[in-house]
Formats: sequence, structure tokens, C-alpha cells
Amino acid sequence: AAANLRSSALPDKVAKSAAAYLSAAPSGGKHELPDLPYDYAALEPVVSAETMELHHSKHHNTYVTNLNASLEKLDAAVSAGDVSGIIALQGALKFNGGGHVNHTLFWENLAAPEAFKAPTDGALGDMIKCCFGDFDKMKAELSAQTIAVQGSGWGWLGYNPKTGAIEGATCANQDPLQATTGLVPLAGIDVWEHAYYVDYRNVRPNYVNAIWDIINWDVVEARLLAAQKAAGKI
Amino acid sequence: NNDAVVQQFELPPLPYAYDALEPMISSKTLNYHHDKHHAKYVNTMNSMLAAAENDELKSLTALEDIILYAHQKGNVGLFNNAAQSWNHEFYWNCMTSPKNGGGKPPKQSHVSKLIQSSFGSHDEFVKQFTNAGNTAFGSGWAWLCYTSTPDNNKKLFVTKTIGAGTPLTDNDNGVVVPILTMDVWEHAYYLDYQNARPTYTETFLNKLVNWDFVESNLKKAMKMNDDKGEEL
Repeated sequence: AAANLRSSALPDKVAKSAAAYLSAAPSGGKHELPDLPYDYAALEPVVSAETMELHHSKHHNTYVTNLNASLEKLDAAVSAGDVSGIIALQGALKFNGGGHVNHTLFWENLAAPEAFKAPTDGALGDMIKCCFGDFDKMKAELSAQTIAVQGSGWGWLGYNPKTGAIEGATCANQDPLQATTGLVPLAGIDVWEHAYYVDYRNVRPNYVNAIWDIINWDVVEARLLAAQKAAGKI
Repeated sequence: NNDAVVQQFELPPLPYAYDALEPMISSKTLNYHHDKHHAKYVNTMNSMLAAAENDELKSLTALEDIILYAHQKGNVGLFNNAAQSWNHEFYWNCMTSPKNGGGKPPKQSHVSKLIQSSFGSHDEFVKQFTNAGNTAFGSGWAWLCYTSTPDNNKKLFVTKTIGAGTPLTDNDNGVVVPILTMDVWEHAYYLDYQNARPTYTETFLNKLVNWDFVESNLKKAMKMNDDKGEEL
């Protein structure tokens, strides 16, 4: 399909299958807002139920809706062989697709404060010691980077498939970590103001420092193991 | 002169009471937005200036010059804080009480005439400004700017910037002067509108725009042009 995009007259059959491929989504063609793995109030007092409801049912939902709308337009552009139209959609796809991907990862890597288990041993614990020295040093480094994001963006703990190490990174707006940097996302921290304004107002550092207590380190470890496997390191 | 005192800026007060823009923008929002966010930009900029070692930077006293300096030198930290200091002061002045604000500018004003000639209609300006505000992905600003190109083509145009971006740094192809701005960082509207940025944008245009300030910015910009020997 990609090769055929260069031709000005995209054969009908190829156009349709390309469009289907490019807009592949679960549940019969449309992306859906995933359910949270917990109640809106589960992350209190670190993140309030009010924030969780706004963040999930409004913000994330809007990304999903707009992603689906952009993908429909992409279908049409691909079917029409409209390369210029395809390119024009990239901004909206990155923004809304990134927003959907990022938030889906985010909900999964959070858990109730009661469920907190510090990642001091196992594969993740060892990796943290190896790459950062200890858990506190990792938190300090990632917090500093994440707090320093200018405007809207995300802080990430990521796996580097080339070096086999884990490292901190940040991305602007909804730029997805893997597509932008090649790092595999292990844990994300949303620092768009909508993620913390209701609970922390302008004091982003308080939010970032607190969120470490509600990271789901089991999920982070599972992602690490999957990433290592995919990179052929284990 | 090693004894020269480096410029330090004061947080300008709001041009109105904290509840002056209610119910469109709450006093709660203005409190945080001005006393915390804007204040932080000014304080951080002051610290950076106080610690400056470069003689040229130390000699600058006008905020616009510091912004341009930081932009030219690629000093992102100083740029962000200086530009945001400027942007916020400008933004406060772009708004006025909903009793007088928003809607269309007076028919005989320069801005009204230039909106007609540049956009075709006030509605088209509204459409473009709304779009700019709503599609600034993430944090940013929507702007109405005046420009006069080298061939003396005077017009207004809408643009958007990301983060701390400002049209002050866009003077490459002739004059570019911002005359109106709207803050679309989430902290500008989150307490009052949550995720509903389009409602905030619409309210800003319908109820809050201080057309007197916009008109005075435009007249200043056009007069600036005059000093170069061009007609108003």
C-alpha cells in the first residue's frame, strides 16, 4: 500500500485495504475509551475523584473521539490517493493518537495508595539499582525532569532497547514516547495542567512528588519484561 | 561599569479588581493566575537576570529587549520566563469587565476598519481567532497581530504560539505587532471551564475583549510605522 501511495491513481482495492490497515482499531474499526482498572476515587488523596472523572471521561474521551474522526478522514484521503491530505492529517493524528495511547498507558500504571509496593527487588528493582543507584535517586532525577517540562507534556520512565537500560525522558504535548524517542514506555506521568490543577493548582512539584506513591510497579515490571523480551535481551 | 545594577522587574498589578471579570473568569482564577503563575515568571526572570554575567544582558532594561536577546542567544530558560512575563501583562490588559467587553469594536475605530479589510468581516476574524485558540495543541496563546509589509501592505492577521512563544520575535519580514492575545494554557481557564476550552474562547471574544486597549495598541503600531515616513 505504501508503495502505491506514490502513484496518482490508487487502485480501488488497494486503497480500501490500505485504509483499513492504517485505521486498524479494536472492536470493529473504532477506538474506544478504556475503562479504568479502579474507581474514580481509588487514587485519593493523591489524585481526587473529581480529577479522575474529568481526566478520563472528558479529556481522554475527547482524544478518542477526535482520533476516530481523524482516522475516518485518513481513510477518505487514502482512498482518494490524496497524499497532501494524508500529510495534512499528521498533526491531528499525533496529537489525538498520542493522547489516546499516553492516557491508556497512564491509567494502567497507576494504583491505589494502599497497593503501593516499592520496586526494590526483582527484575525492576535490579534495573533501577543498576541505572540510577537506588529508588530514591531515580525518583529525584525523573521528578526534576518532569517538573521542568515547559507547558504541556509528559514525564516517562522508559526502556532503551538499544542499550538495555532504563532511563527518564520527557515529551511535549501528546507526543508518544516510543514513536518520538524509540524508548519503550514503562511508566508515564501526565503533567498537562489538567492532570493536577484541581488538586494542586499551580504547584506541579507537589503533584509529581506525590504520584510516585500511586505508581503500579507491578505493571511497570511487566512492561519491562515484555520490552526486554521484544528486544531479544531475555 | 561593574557597579551597574541589573534590571529587576516588578509584578505589575492587575488593571482591575480580582472579581472584575466575573462570572466569565472567576476571582479564584485571577488570584492563582496572577499571584502565582505570572508572579513566578517574573521572579524567576529576576533571579536569572541577577545572576547574569553577560555585559550586554546586564545593560538591558526593557522587557522586550530582554526577550529578543534571550531569543537570539537561544537562552530558553530566560526566554520562557521573560516572554511569559510580557505575555501575561499584555493579556490582563486585553480583558475588561463583561459589562463593557467583547463583541465588536466601535464601527469607526481603526481596528474595526482593519478587521473588515483584512478578514472581510468581523465574523471571519472571530472564526480564525477561535480556531487559533482551540487548536493550539497543549499550552499556548492566540494572537491578533498588525503587520505592515515592506510594500506598505497594512493588515491584521491571527496567529497562535506554543508555550511562551510571542509574535515579538517575528519581525523578520517587516513589522509584526501583537494587538490582542488570549491565554490558552490550561491554568487560564481550568478552574472555570475545566476541559471546555472552546467555551472559554467564545466567552473571551463575546464578553471580555478590551477593544479600547486593542485600538490603542493598533494606533501605536501604525504610528510607529509613521516614524519610518509611512502614512497612517
